[in-house]
Amino acid sequence: MNRLLQRLSATLCLGLALAVGTAQADTSPAPTSPTPPTSTMTKGAFTDAARGPTALTESTKPPVLGNAVNDDQRRTRNYAMQPPIIPHRVDGYQVDKNFNKCLDCHARANTGVSQAVPVSITHYLDRQGNVLAQVSTRRYFCQQCHVAQDAVKPIVDNTFQDVDTVIQRAKH
Amino acid sequence: MLNLLKRYWTVIRRPSLHFSLGILVLGGFTAGVIFWGGFNTAMEFTNTEQFCTSCHEMRDNVYAELKTTIHYSNRSGVRAVCSNCHVPHNWTDKIARKMQASKEVWGKVFGTIDTPEKFQAKRLELAQHEWARMKANDSLECRNCHNYDSMDFTRQSVRAQTMHSTYLASKEKTCIDCHKGIAHHLPAMPNGSGLGVTPR
Repeated sequence: MNRLLQRLSATLCLGLALAVGTAQADTSPAPTSPTPPTSTMTKGAFTDAARGPTALTESTKPPVLGNAVNDDQRRTRNYAMQPPIIPHRVDGYQVDKNFNKCLDCHARANTGVSQAVPVSITHYLDRQGNVLAQVSTRRYFCQQCHVAQDAVKPIVDNTFQDVDTVIQRAKH
Repeated sequence: MLNLLKRYWTVIRRPSLHFSLGILVLGGFTAGVIFWGGFNTAMEFTNTEQFCTSCHEMRDNVYAELKTTIHYSNRSGVRAVCSNCHVPHNWTDKIARKMQASKEVWGKVFGTIDTPEKFQAKRLELAQHEWARMKANDSLECRNCHNYDSMDFTRQSVRAQTMHSTYLASKEKTCIDCHKGIAHHLPAMPNGSGLGVTPR
């Protein structure tokens, strides 16, 4: 019964939207002026919902660059084994075969001066589980897993619950 | 040769026959102004970015790297050119550095770093020269713009505050100790340099 209602309302919404759309099309002025219609609004031009109203033949306006969180406050991990996020800006950090800017502070030998969180001991293990003196090459590119954060409003709400919450809920 | 020198010496010692003292003084003054102006203009020209990047060694390596950094492009558009960081502003220090730079002319003539491979092989040594120079003069070229007394720590990130109010304030460290590689890429660091060392 519930599902039927849902479907009915969805159909109604769609109908309403269509009606509004056609009404708008009707009220639009007749193309008497010589100015060409703006390409983004061209009727019938094929557009892709994911890229917005811009036609496929044109390039979209890139979104404004974010300003990464830089407050150095450690965030709780959302789940076990989540790579911790980076609570500071990492713009222009050099991480290449010569040098790793992250390890400049986070290498275990440097944390005394920098007071940064030392790289996890797991990063010093190679595939065979041998402990190395330096960060293992397979863990060298930090930002493959650890990322800086932008203070933005999520486009899609997230209903994810971590395991602690799930256990708490189950108890009650 | 000795005769020639003697002849010139007598000419120089003898009072002028045809020119008045006024002409000599004014002429000397004008010639001095022209010479000094020309000298300074020429030296200023060697301080321009246009001059530095006229060699492909600079243009294709270090200048290309600079372009991605905050010292080339940033929100307010204030930027540093090569000489701001690599040539002292003080006149005597500047002349001393310019004389040292004659070694770089030698390097240019004999192609010491005329391929990317040669440059990469030599860049650690070259970088170490600059680090040593900046360490020795307490990062003077940084401080020409970045004045410690004008730094508002409350506008810095917590991380920067902590570092600047301890290591920098106590003069235990100078700018270049921590801020290596802010304007150019870093070369492969030798072990024990205390910097982010690449696993090998």
